[in-house]
Amino acid sequence: MTENSSQSNTDGTVEARRKVMATLAAASPEAVAERYETLSPPDYDLVRQPETGLVMVRGRMGGTGSPFNLGEVTVTRCVVRLRTGETGSSYALGRNKTKALQSAVIDALWQTSDGRDKIEMDIIRPLNGSQSTAKETVKQETEATKVNFFTMVRGDN
Amino acid sequence: MYVAVKGGEKAIRNAHKLTAKRRRGDTSVPSLTLEQIAQQLSHAVARVMGEGSLYDETLAALAIKQARGDLIEAAFLMRAYRTTLPRFGYSKPVDTAEMLVERRISATYKDLPGGQVLGPTFDYSHRLLDFALAAEDDSAEPAVETSPPEDVAMPRVTDLLGDEGLMEPDPVSDETAPVGDLTREPLSFPADRDLRLQNLARGDEGFLLALAYSTQRGYGRTHPFAGEIRYGEVEVEFFAEELGFAVTLGTIKVTECQMINQFKGSAKTAPTFTRGYGLVFGQVERKAMSMAMVDRSMRFEELGEEQVAPAQDVEFVLSHSDNIQATGFVEHLKLPHYVDFQAELVLVRQMRAEWFEKRRQEEDSGDAAQEAAE
Repeated sequence: MTENSSQSNTDGTVEARRKVMATLAAASPEAVAERYETLSPPDYDLVRQPETGLVMVRGRMGGTGSPFNLGEVTVTRCVVRLRTGETGSSYALGRNKTKALQSAVIDALWQTSDGRDKIEMDIIRPLNGSQSTAKETVKQETEATKVNFFTMVRGDN
Repeated sequence: MYVAVKGGEKAIRNAHKLTAKRRRGDTSVPSLTLEQIAQQLSHAVARVMGEGSLYDETLAALAIKQARGDLIEAAFLMRAYRTTLPRFGYSKPVDTAEMLVERRISATYKDLPGGQVLGPTFDYSHRLLDFALAAEDDSAEPAVETSPPEDVAMPRVTDLLGDEGLMEPDPVSDETAPVGDLTREPLSFPADRDLRLQNLARGDEGFLLALAYSTQRGYGRTHPFAGEIRYGEVEVEFFAEELGFAVTLGTIKVTECQMINQFKGSAKTAPTFTRGYGLVFGQVERKAMSMAMVDRSMRFEELGEEQVAPAQDVEFVLSHSDNIQATGFVEHLKLPHYVDFQAELVLVRQMRAEWFEKRRQEEDSGDAAQEAAE
């Protein structure tokens, strides 16, 4: 169950992998499934079945102070191992087990030396693109509601 | 006291079947989909997630559908569901300064860095019923304006005043100190601010609103200003032990409220503004504001204020804010209490018998006295 991530802990790989996993987590199950279909699925073993559980989300008092418990979120995670040895993991909000499994497989493929480029190009980049577009739309719509209040001055005298 | 009863299985089963039929209503009307509820009743969904203390829009939509729109019942269903799941652990604290802001206003600063954005809001609307929404086909997406966003930081308003020393700083964070968790140990007193905030975050909106209102009307006045209210998406990060690094689980929508209140000061410290804090799931501004006001009220002791009002009474507030507990205790009165009531019946019969006996004796002795006088 524990993964020896020493090989991926070197250089900036952890940060890159974190981004890949974050992109997959942020994607809808439909979007992950759609990208997953473009792959030729590899042989893998389930190290940890897709499993749904809870994570208690924390906030900070006043925004920057000591932590407190805000409330829980549902999270689904999964771990797979490719026949070539790479272990892939997924963690994402929600309860979708298919997405968890597919994301873990994608994460594992991303770690293979000959698979990474294809995963980046065919899966991560398009998912990132649509996520950025969605964010940009929110920003643009929000910006149009920017307000300037003026304080009224009572008379001149 | 409630004593278990037997029987009634068939009636109960039939009543539940009838509930299901009434829930569905007229079948010539299409059934609600969870997507419709999640998309179009987002404030109800947010309230159920907050008071159910479980962020999952689809589950909340299901709970609302099952509860026929009874939001406390829906929150109850969420709380019950969460007990069926394992706990993976605790997230890293969310960073609201990094929020993808959809709304950010301040009632204290016109020109705060990053500006004010109204976003989606009922504020400034005339509260006139919009009969256009009653039209059969309102499927067209309403048009909105867009503007190219300036990518500027939106610091928290309390950080700005903090620079001048006018604002009470946030409590110093001790990352190693244990954080109280109401889902692990039941509430006990005295309750520190971590427990108080968790309790308020899942507390009943109506109860907190009433308490906050009471502080405005003079019951424990704190003279609040809405320093900042912001709403939008924040990332949730979780340290995955087996990976050895923190993974981003996704984003949740939260509302944060910074209330700015009147000064405190002592021989040692100069007067500063004091603060109350509200943080809730979803866009639930009324509750975030109420939470911040009640949080501030309950800090009376630490700020050297007198306890004079219900909103300051930590034990009273925290013991009655949870609508799942409250509804459980109030609504259990509907269940059969026959044995209990039987005992009360015996008691009241006996008391009445004694009362009549005493009155008869008094009348007898009164008659005797009158006869003697005659």
